[in-house]
Amino acid sequence: MSTTQDSIVTPDHAAPESKGGSVAYFIDDRLASANFTKRLLDKVFPDHWSFMLGEIALYSFIILLLSGTYLTLWYNPSMTEVIYNGSYVPLKGVKMSEAYSSTLAISFDVRGGLLLRQIHHWAALFFVAAVSVHLLRVFFTGAFRKPREINWVIGTVLLVLALLEGFSGYSLPDDLLSGTGLRIAQAIMQGVPLVGTYVAMFLFGGEFPGTDIMPRLYSIHILLIPGLLLGLITVHLIMVFYQKHTQFPGPGRTESNVVGFRLFPIYMAKAGGFFFVVFGITVLIAALVTINPIWMYGPYTPSQVTAGSQPDWYIGWLDGAVRLMPNLETTLLGYTISWNVIVPALVIPGIMFTALGLYPWIEAWATGDKREHHLLDRPRNAPTRTGLGVMALSFYMILMISGGNDVLAAAFNLSINEITWTFRFLLFVIPPVSFVITKRICLGLQRRDNDKLLHGYETGRVLRLPSGEFLEIHEPIGEAERAKILAKADVIPMELPAAVDANGVRNPKAAKSIMRARLSQWFYSDVIPTPTDEELRAAASHAEHELHEAQAHIKEIASH
Amino acid sequence: MNELEHPTGDPYGAKDGKDLVSGITVFPMEPHVPRKADIDPKAARRAERQVATMFGTSSIMIILFIVAYVNIPNTTLISVPVIGTVNANHLATGVAFGMAILLIGIGAIHWAKKLMPDVEVTQERHSLTSRDDERQAVAESFARGKAESGFGERKIIRRSLLGALALFPVPLIVLLRGLGPLPGTRLRETIWDKGIHLVTDATYRKIKASDVPLGGLINAVPENLLEIEHEEETLNQRGKASIIIVRMDPAEIMSQQGATWDYQGILAFSKICTHLGCPTSLYQQRTHHLLCPCHQSTFDLSDSGNVVFGPAARRLPQLAITVDSEGYLVAQSGFDQPVGPSFWERG
Repeated sequence: MSTTQDSIVTPDHAAPESKGGSVAYFIDDRLASANFTKRLLDKVFPDHWSFMLGEIALYSFIILLLSGTYLTLWYNPSMTEVIYNGSYVPLKGVKMSEAYSSTLAISFDVRGGLLLRQIHHWAALFFVAAVSVHLLRVFFTGAFRKPREINWVIGTVLLVLALLEGFSGYSLPDDLLSGTGLRIAQAIMQGVPLVGTYVAMFLFGGEFPGTDIMPRLYSIHILLIPGLLLGLITVHLIMVFYQKHTQFPGPGRTESNVVGFRLFPIYMAKAGGFFFVVFGITVLIAALVTINPIWMYGPYTPSQVTAGSQPDWYIGWLDGAVRLMPNLETTLLGYTISWNVIVPALVIPGIMFTALGLYPWIEAWATGDKREHHLLDRPRNAPTRTGLGVMALSFYMILMISGGNDVLAAAFNLSINEITWTFRFLLFVIPPVSFVITKRICLGLQRRDNDKLLHGYETGRVLRLPSGEFLEIHEPIGEAERAKILAKADVIPMELPAAVDANGVRNPKAAKSIMRARLSQWFYSDVIPTPTDEELRAAASHAEHELHEAQAHIKEIASH
Repeated sequence: MNELEHPTGDPYGAKDGKDLVSGITVFPMEPHVPRKADIDPKAARRAERQVATMFGTSSIMIILFIVAYVNIPNTTLISVPVIGTVNANHLATGVAFGMAILLIGIGAIHWAKKLMPDVEVTQERHSLTSRDDERQAVAESFARGKAESGFGERKIIRRSLLGALALFPVPLIVLLRGLGPLPGTRLRETIWDKGIHLVTDATYRKIKASDVPLGGLINAVPENLLEIEHEEETLNQRGKASIIIVRMDPAEIMSQQGATWDYQGILAFSKICTHLGCPTSLYQQRTHHLLCPCHQSTFDLSDSGNVVFGPAARRLPQLAITVDSEGYLVAQSGFDQPVGPSFWERG
């Protein structure tokens, strides 16, 4: 860069020392970006395998944008009828939409087209899976707590958008399977009270299937939802960056610091490398394992269907809910309310996503915990939350398995009616049972942690004393584990407020406060406190004593 | 050793060994354990060679990708154990490209893990909440702006602006009216009518009553579907008018929706499931049950098409049929009720 011109504005800049330096100077002369860049390069991120789940979601999204852009070069979102004349012989001469025939062309006539389609579909499956598991990680470690509630809500919205994006995407090929899915979606819309028929008629440009839906789904799939996803993902990441990542407890980790590695060069190499790992594995799977072979399903026609038709995995729970719902329908004053449709397809998902999005506030309200949290909870140390999470997860899993009730019936030669009735029953039994079992397991693990602190770990070395007595040698656990266990913050449930104050005046807010205190006591019930400093000291000297004794025994045995 | 005797000082924002914020016990960082490559130059060189080999192999894979892309015809199928028969071009380009990408990733991570420093670094968090005086300053700026604008005092401006802003999105919603027609009576009507011939679904042949075997099932559509063939409406009408024809021993018919809607044990029902509109298609001849493969609603065709299982709430509409003078099946009339899934205005 020249110095004469710049020196008028910034007289005392030294000359850049390298080519890279001059690029950096060029940018800094226009943005004063040096301070930000320095903070960026030095930024410390904590290390844990579970922090990579969100990364997988992000990288899958990038792969989707990339492979999807290629697919738009050949795909034609038109429902104009054509006679197929491509290179896939079994469908030659068959009438189909241009959408389907162009998807066949991508699969058979475009070189590398099948690879792009398979990359796109696999990446979509991975994307929703990674988003879901990332959500579970954030939930079970309490990472959604203050100050990260906003990001939790954004994450919930991202999940809903991911499901819509996935559904709109796999409907585009207009094959028999996806068309069936679209028909079901249209029928659900049609079943919405009051506005249903209007919504369905407007979206489809008339009756199902019409000819407008493919172009409309296409703009929803490649413009509207990806735009929202991209925007929200950007905000999601800026928030993670600005608020700094949470970390697991361990030596040197506190609420007020971040311990880990710097962005440059460690995460540049590790996270950058991990993008290539995710991308590479996606491409390899796309090359080796066929997914969604649309040529086997044939073109869509509303009078045909294949047996055992299943949606992509992330729609499975909705399909399962629709299958399990008993056949309730009411006609009132000449209007029909299809409970059998709106309860499983709209009410249940609505409740689930709302509860999910609001959970940080629900928990904070119940616990009265308004503090900031940057150290993650180990799931066992929040037994009620972990129990609630497993409860919700088991509810979801039963719905998902129900989505394959016909597959189960065929595979195990069972009655579809009995399977359906069993799942209807289990849907209400398994979740509360899982809550109780999970909570008990958590409490057991906490007790075990306390045991380890007080009595050390079992070495597996058993001594037989001359007296015939058996003795297992315990040794103190390492510092890292000790730090991890002792990071459990003690919790205090809210106290029940008095219904009447000292002067005998009724507390008008008592009912609400009592409910809240009860909730807090329930949430924190069965607290297992970590050992006190005195107990730890006593245990340490006791352990030392025991160890000495054991060593004395060993000497004694050796001398015999 | 007792952790409470660790020198604590205040390197971790802690006091007396306790985190100032959470009150939990703070432990000092564990001493760094050097890796092999940190102390043994040979191990370091070996790691360097491994990383470079991965990056180098990645480049070779890209060349293989291009060779495969250019030379393997897109139509060659090969049989691979486990995977089955696949497009050779797809397999070769995919594996080469995938390996090329994967090797860059593994190489970079190996490089970071073996050769870049693995000493953990501690950084302080900054406060995520502003001081009271800062908040106060914002409130003052806001109050100043509000006063300067007169938004609070000039009520007539405020109200007219809010009104205008509330109305400005209305055209954006009105414009959506162009998306499609109003529902009207579309969902209640099919193209079935008195005297319309029942024709086979795939080949559009008229069906002679004597050709329907006992226990058999025929997928059928109305003959006038042909008249709108190649027009936009075809699939829409097909989606409503598709029927199935079954024949059973008249003695086995327990009930039907109209007294004489069958013809010598031949019954016609809408094929479109009353639950979510899938074509019902799995017929069990012995029980006369028809099952929808989407959500397993089951209908008993020998008993008015009533629901015997599953989430569907309404029976399958029956089409009254008879024969014309030549013995071909025709409709006695259109459906007497809307076919397919329910909707609000259905009643």
